[in-house]
Amino acid sequence: MVSQTTKIMIVVAALAALAIIVPNTNSFVILLATRALAFAILVMSLDILLGYTGLASLGQAAYLGVGAYMTAILATKYQFGLGYDFWLVVVFGILGGAALAAVFGLLAIRASGTYFLMITLALGQCVWGLAYRWNSLTGGDNGINLRQRPKFGIDLANEVTFFYLVFAFFAVSLLAMYVLVRSPFGRSLTGIREQELRMKILGYNTWLHKYIAFIIAGGFGGLSGVLWAHTAGIVSPENVVLTTSVDALLMAVLGGAGTLVGGVIGSFIVFGLREYLSTLVPWWQYVLGGVYVLTILYLPSGLMGIPERIRQRRLASSNKAADSKKLAAAS
Amino acid sequence: MSDAQTSGRQPVLELKGLSKSFGGLHAVRSVDLKIMPGDRKAIIGPNGAGKTTLFNLITGIFPSTSGQVLLFGRDVTTWPSHRRTAMGMARTFQITSLFPRLTVLDNVLLAIKGLRPSKFVMWRFLSSYREVYDKAHGLLEQASFMDRKDTEVRYLSHGEKRQLEIILGLASDPKILLLDEPAAGLSSGESVEMTKFLQRIDPNLAILLIEHDMDVVFDVAQQISVLHFGEVLETGTPKQIHDSKRVQEIYLGTD
Repeated sequence: MVSQTTKIMIVVAALAALAIIVPNTNSFVILLATRALAFAILVMSLDILLGYTGLASLGQAAYLGVGAYMTAILATKYQFGLGYDFWLVVVFGILGGAALAAVFGLLAIRASGTYFLMITLALGQCVWGLAYRWNSLTGGDNGINLRQRPKFGIDLANEVTFFYLVFAFFAVSLLAMYVLVRSPFGRSLTGIREQELRMKILGYNTWLHKYIAFIIAGGFGGLSGVLWAHTAGIVSPENVVLTTSVDALLMAVLGGAGTLVGGVIGSFIVFGLREYLSTLVPWWQYVLGGVYVLTILYLPSGLMGIPERIRQRRLASSNKAADSKKLAAAS
Repeated sequence: MSDAQTSGRQPVLELKGLSKSFGGLHAVRSVDLKIMPGDRKAIIGPNGAGKTTLFNLITGIFPSTSGQVLLFGRDVTTWPSHRRTAMGMARTFQITSLFPRLTVLDNVLLAIKGLRPSKFVMWRFLSSYREVYDKAHGLLEQASFMDRKDTEVRYLSHGEKRQLEIILGLASDPKILLLDEPAAGLSSGESVEMTKFLQRIDPNLAILLIEHDMDVVFDVAQQISVLHFGEVLETGTPKQIHDSKRVQEIYLGTD
């Protein structure tokens, strides 16, 4: 078993490598990495629900949407959030995502399992419907184009500077969520995932714990949306459609639910595969679909589960070897 | 809560005409029961007599159809489970309900945290709460589980899981513990172990026990109530119940 400190060192080293290598590549890769990082915040927030609390939400794109639309509308209609007030937009985005989750949570947390999934799906589609139909505010199907990125001392139009900003937000989010899942509150979520009835009997108001987790995930989703808006430069209904929620869910599963960093790996793989495959073959979506199916069939614990699998296989084969030796000695 | 309330002559738990119907099925019919501090009572009865349903009413998992549940004299009939736990009630489950993919230690830590306000803290590692860890270690040492504290619960034997069920019940320092068939599925050797384990529990703690294994019941309980088709048929000392004609009829069906 790899110790916790070793694991943290590996993650820190990987992040440091990312921060050093990416800015020295071409602008295509930089933009790709920036997108993956911004989206990874959403995937991690979903992992809090999926991997730690056992709630599979299919409407997580709604929170990204709130943050993204808020950023885009403020920037284009009110010229707000393009200077130092960008930080206010960040706060608004987080609060907006959390507030929407607080409302949706009241409806969704009452259910569990498939029913929770269906309710979150329906609520997510409501947000999509609003984005699609409310032309005067959201620009309808065309969405909203952001013509410029914020400028405050540093110029975020520079893609390397912007990459570092998103990277910093990502790193802080990862740290905050890591502390969260190992805190007493985070452990209570794991308890709910494992055996909710027992948690009630132990004195936990499990509804409240799930509700708070749902709101926190919504807040991180909102943050992810603010960054996404400036990364992509366009916010459209495509960002809040069901497919985006499914993407987030599958990224979390592909990397390994209940690990946080698994979602980040999933995000990078999917964004990378999508960009490169789409230039190679027109049926790239089938490849992605195949990857998902294979993961769920053969790697239910995701890519992060591979080391554990190898360890168990080694253990099993060494046991077998020991057994056959014993047999040989006996005969 | 004042001392007079908890330690006086007031019952820890009192049931008044407690009933539960599932449609036309009357699972529990007008059950009256009083448990004083330190009492050891047992409920026995054939399969389907309504024993576990009665526990689910007492702990608030099901709403009752009529009647009252009083904890320390307070009417808690409509309270959710977690608030009853906060009053000093704990229970175990007939079907083992542990956290299978967490370690033994983590299971106990969750159980201890259940009644502490710090369960909502999310900016500090759980591992930084020394006192909670000390208490968990204490509980595990008492039950001689220390050597297995880092084992995931799903890898424990059935007998070990049954014991851990009770350790989790004790972790919240309850005043009354409801045990739902602690010896379910245990071999006779393990049953004896379980009986010893139960006899070591703090004598001030009131225990209400459901059990099929009569050896366990007769060794642990001072008073036994027999439940049949949801009704309390007879209440008495182990000896009285043992000699009762009616009880023998229920169990052996001599009609």
